[in-house]
Amino acid sequence: MSAETKAPVKKAGKGKYELSDELKAYQGVWVFVEHERGEVHPVSWELLGEGRKLAAQLGVPLSGVVLGAPGLATRRFCEEAFFHGADNCYLIEDAALGNYRNQPFTKGLTDLVNTYKPEILLLGATTQGRDLAGSVATTLKTGLTADCTELNIDMENRSLAASRPTFGGSLLCTILTLNYRPQMATVRPRVMSMPQRDNSRTGSIVQHPLGLIETDIVTKVLEYIPDNRQDKPQLAFADIIVSGGRGMKNPENFQLIWDLALLLGAEVGASRPVVQAGWVDLERQVGQSGKTVRPKLYIAAGISGAIQHRVGMEGSDVIIAINNDPNAPIFDFATYGIVGNAMTILPALTQAFKQQFAVAKMAS
Amino acid sequence: MHIVVCIKQVPDSAQIRVHPVTNTIMRQGVPAIVNPYDLFSLEEALRLKDIHGGRVTVITMGPPQAEAALRKCISFGADEAILVTDRAFAGADTLATSYALATAIAQIAKDQAVDMVFCGKQTIDGDTAQVGPGIAKRMDMQLLTYVSQVDSLDITSRTVQVQRRAEGGVQVLTTRLPCLVTMLEGTNEMRFATMDNMFRAARYQLKVWDRVAAGIEDVSKIGLKGSPTVVSKVFAPQAKTQRAEIIDSESGEPRDLALTLISKLFTQHPAMSEAVVKQSA
Repeated sequence: MSAETKAPVKKAGKGKYELSDELKAYQGVWVFVEHERGEVHPVSWELLGEGRKLAAQLGVPLSGVVLGAPGLATRRFCEEAFFHGADNCYLIEDAALGNYRNQPFTKGLTDLVNTYKPEILLLGATTQGRDLAGSVATTLKTGLTADCTELNIDMENRSLAASRPTFGGSLLCTILTLNYRPQMATVRPRVMSMPQRDNSRTGSIVQHPLGLIETDIVTKVLEYIPDNRQDKPQLAFADIIVSGGRGMKNPENFQLIWDLALLLGAEVGASRPVVQAGWVDLERQVGQSGKTVRPKLYIAAGISGAIQHRVGMEGSDVIIAINNDPNAPIFDFATYGIVGNAMTILPALTQAFKQQFAVAKMAS
Repeated sequence: MHIVVCIKQVPDSAQIRVHPVTNTIMRQGVPAIVNPYDLFSLEEALRLKDIHGGRVTVITMGPPQAEAALRKCISFGADEAILVTDRAFAGADTLATSYALATAIAQIAKDQAVDMVFCGKQTIDGDTAQVGPGIAKRMDMQLLTYVSQVDSLDITSRTVQVQRRAEGGVQVLTTRLPCLVTMLEGTNEMRFATMDNMFRAARYQLKVWDRVAAGIEDVSKIGLKGSPTVVSKVFAPQAKTQRAEIIDSESGEPRDLALTLISKLFTQHPAMSEAVVKQSA
């Protein structure tokens, strides 16, 4: 129910925004290190990579925040955070933090913020990060910007400039939290690139107590049923994706997308209208309301390239766009474009790749 | 059982267009709908009422036109509808919105205690997913987000068991009432409005609350004043400095276009050739 989108643009005002001494005490960039079943979500490392840049601009340290059950795994998460760019880690170890639950994690993270006062706090826009961020921001009564696609520092105000798509993904807006600290933001997986891992990096760990016992926690985890990964498309980490949009006209034509994907060993993606029409699974939707992807090669057929879709795939190394409208926005950011009918170009492309592979095979 | 469902009227974002030259939003004629994610929560609330009895109250904060969205919910079977509307709410971000709604729900609870609150997972216009968690925190309710199924609800012991979507699996959680639930999409299907309910919706006198009626005294916590975030600018995305290289061939035949494209792809991105060949093997 954000009203950000319809809020009249409140100008930050000209010139420098002076923080009170109390708020000036907030220093440093923090990244919440999210984990589940003994594994850190890659989005946390992507955020450390991005946090590194923000911290450098501000001239402050970058910290990871780890909440978990006492044990080797939790310590290893801190170490991994150093490898991915953190200067130090804030750590709360408690048996009550073994599985993610809103109440103890909100308490832990809120206490850390109130004690050590970071100016920026970043979380992944995942089912865990969004659940936690909303609760923590409300407890702290501070600003939170969801699903950012770009983070910068507005040096004039020393504040986080968080940009995100708005109006159903047709425009972008930049949001500031001027008079409140910390400034909180969430970013979806794969929106930021993965930083170079450096195993020689080390850092210090600051430990803090949870101050809550199991009997105080109302919600209990009875069971965790892991997904069977095999039967789910894995778009986020695919190397090649072939995507189709409304321009494919009907589900029968969409088979041409599958044909090319099968040959290339690629995942099949789709734009929102195609998913809404029920031609493919929700899991395959690429864009602001679907998945964000960063493949080496992204082939988009019959996709116009509205912001909604663009923010989900513009991190791809190479984008090939096929569209019969020479003015389609996708040609503004694709690497290669073919202006033409996708229904004839796609089969031709499948054939041409087949030939290419045959030649490559003979050569080897 | 008394269940409150928070809904929002949103523009049907699939139908929003941007003016190609001025890059401004063309909002004229875009139909307003009930946020589709809210309907999964409303249906779940109605289902629980079917089983356990009680009452479902729908609430929204918005402009006077949002009345239409509330009537729609009545036609699906909600018992009561409250529109919280006041100019003082204008410009509210998610923090200010959750304050206004939580205060209004507390006002509802004065009549009959609220056992559960349902919110949509997120809206299709703001997409923040922040208001539900915000209301839960402010009302000191347990928060259950991304629920794919309500397994059981025991009114006597006031406990509820749900399945919650996590990143790599499903958590089976149990908690005590009161709690706030946001439902995952696709978990149920909204029932059809019955003829009786449609008539009821048309005649229904909905409650309209302004700031004071909603129990909000502190104006510094609502609207623009109560919002820590400010929108500093709205802009159209930058075109990349370089537009796509448009592939052309003498004949313009699909086959020639495809071959030209592949040869360019593999010569200009040598690593690509290896990646693609390896992948396809």
